[in-house]
Amino acid sequence: MLQVTKRPKSLIDVKMHYCPGCGHGIVHRLVAECLDELDICSRTVGVAPVGCSVFADHYFNCDMIQGAHGRGPAIATGIKRSRPECIVFSYQGDGDLASIGMAETVHSAARSENITVVFINNSIYGMTGGQMAPTTLIGQKSTTSPKGRAIGVNGYPIRVCEMLAQLDGARYLERTSVHTAAHVIKTKKALKKAFQYQVDGKGFAMVEVLSMCPTNLALSPRDNTKFIAEQMMPQYPLGVFKDAEGGK
Amino acid sequence: MGERLLMKGNDALAEGAVRAGCRFFAGYPITPQNEVPEYMSWRMPEAGGAFVQAESEVAAINMLFGAAATGIRAMTSSSSPGVSLKQEGISYCAGADLPIFFANVMRGGPGLGNIAGAQGDYYQSVRGGGHGDYRTLVLAPNSAEEMGNLPLKCYELAEKYRIPAMILADGVLGQMMEPLEFKADAVDPAKLKVPDWALGVNKGRARRMVGSYDLRDGELEKMILARVQRYKEAEEKEALWETKNCEDAEVVMVAYGIASRACLAALKLAREQGLKVGLLRPITLWPFPKKPLIELSRRVKSFVAVELSLGQMIDDVKLSIDCRVPVHLHARPGGVIPTGEEIVESLKKALKAGAKQGVLCCK
Amino acid sequence: MPEIKVDEQRCKGCELCITACPKQCIQMSESFSVTGYYPAKFCKPEACTGCALCAQICPDVAIEVWK
Repeated sequence: MLQVTKRPKSLIDVKMHYCPGCGHGIVHRLVAECLDELDICSRTVGVAPVGCSVFADHYFNCDMIQGAHGRGPAIATGIKRSRPECIVFSYQGDGDLASIGMAETVHSAARSENITVVFINNSIYGMTGGQMAPTTLIGQKSTTSPKGRAIGVNGYPIRVCEMLAQLDGARYLERTSVHTAAHVIKTKKALKKAFQYQVDGKGFAMVEVLSMCPTNLALSPRDNTKFIAEQMMPQYPLGVFKDAEGGK
Repeated sequence: MGERLLMKGNDALAEGAVRAGCRFFAGYPITPQNEVPEYMSWRMPEAGGAFVQAESEVAAINMLFGAAATGIRAMTSSSSPGVSLKQEGISYCAGADLPIFFANVMRGGPGLGNIAGAQGDYYQSVRGGGHGDYRTLVLAPNSAEEMGNLPLKCYELAEKYRIPAMILADGVLGQMMEPLEFKADAVDPAKLKVPDWALGVNKGRARRMVGSYDLRDGELEKMILARVQRYKEAEEKEALWETKNCEDAEVVMVAYGIASRACLAALKLAREQGLKVGLLRPITLWPFPKKPLIELSRRVKSFVAVELSLGQMIDDVKLSIDCRVPVHLHARPGGVIPTGEEIVESLKKALKAGAKQGVLCCK
Repeated sequence: MPEIKVDEQRCKGCELCITACPKQCIQMSESFSVTGYYPAKFCKPEACTGCALCAQICPDVAIEVWK
């Protein structure tokens, strides 16, 4: 009998510490599969954020750096401009990328830095215990919107892919999800394309992944997948928002 | 090398960094150091390096964090408010033991302040500035020539001790044009040894991590204490200073940067009037030149700290000599340059018999 | 005959594999593992097609699929 699925070599063989049902475990593995399949692990440098995936630096079998909250794309810029032979990725959550780091996100895209950004959108703040994120939905409860996000007080959630799409420098933007196995497979394809963009020197590429955070959404992992399907996806439609190669 | 050039301080700073082997610069415009990113925007690509006008000073320091982690000599510069923005990033660099180099061309503060040269960021520079227990090597030029030559010293010290290094300059130094010589040969960065902690292509070696955290119980303390050993060694070995007319001085001025230039004018005037005064000019502010101050404190009546601030460096003068003799203060905050004449008036007050420690001038 | 192996040391009982399996081959175990979770259990080997969708969605790389 042949083993159909194998732990990717680029994923260090340690137990995942993330919560049961957390999407990080899935996406870490997919990123590692991309590094394996594109044979780029030996020249990859990854940037870990602040947030639950601060510990991403312990999972990837390539050089890793852990940087200040939101600054991943700037750190990646410094690495890529200094060592252009390296493949550089920035792995970030929704607070890191869309709140404190929004300027770095927008400008690294505008400059079309030749980096790959992996954006995990679970519509909540994980590491700090469930506060509202820029992607928290209207009416969604969090520890800083205990009665539910209200437009008058907290404004509207941000659709990052759509926002970045109007920047000429953003060359590849896709939103996917990991709430079903079929979507996990699509996320893998998107990530691989985003890394291929960098390998080919084609400029800024980002994949936004709708993901689970059962602990802070106070949902079972199963119910979290329903939350993504029924509530997140209408707000954050899946699809390709920019594919410069494809003329979009 | 050896060629006599006429350069503006900011340009000299940028050129000095490039000659020291800097091949990455990220910065954001802010007066009075705009010449630095402007110069770098053409000089860095000419030298085969990378220039990025970052979206903010915050982004710039984080670009530096990334670049420095790959082992190359990198730089950012800003002025007071922008350096405030950089503090978290500097703390990250210190916590990750990265030898970064940056410059603060100080202006009047706090807040938006003004764009005149000032020295109000001394505390920020030597007392941390950013959060956590760390030290930054702080070098203070007082001429366009030192602006051009100290970057190399900064890189050498930063790399030797794996501590961030900065040049603390001010708007006057940044803007003034003076003749200068670059004393050392230009460094070819290709000839520099890539550090064994640098990130990059990991073929044939174990993977590396650069970071500033360790959540395991007791481990962060160990990290910090290991760093402290290097701080102690730097304090022992790397203090730099200059003295003038201190051999028979009764009162010694202590001043750095542009304040020291005003003190040189005061020194000339005072000596012409037969006043026995001298000047000690720290060139490193951290490590502070404690040894010569202690030695002087055994024979002088008092010191006068001359600063373009409310008096920040004065604390280190007092601490160095354990308050053995009075340390007076001549303070001009808000971007005002003291004249030689007004400093001499303060010196006369200090020279008076029985002069009690005080603020001799703070208008 | 395709089969899966669940690493009980890694499985956190999140049940995502159960939602993914098109043949209902996986159940949660009735006894908890040494880590305190109720791990996934391969309960219908005869129906397994080796599609590996369970392994695709598993966040803990806890499932090996053999064909």
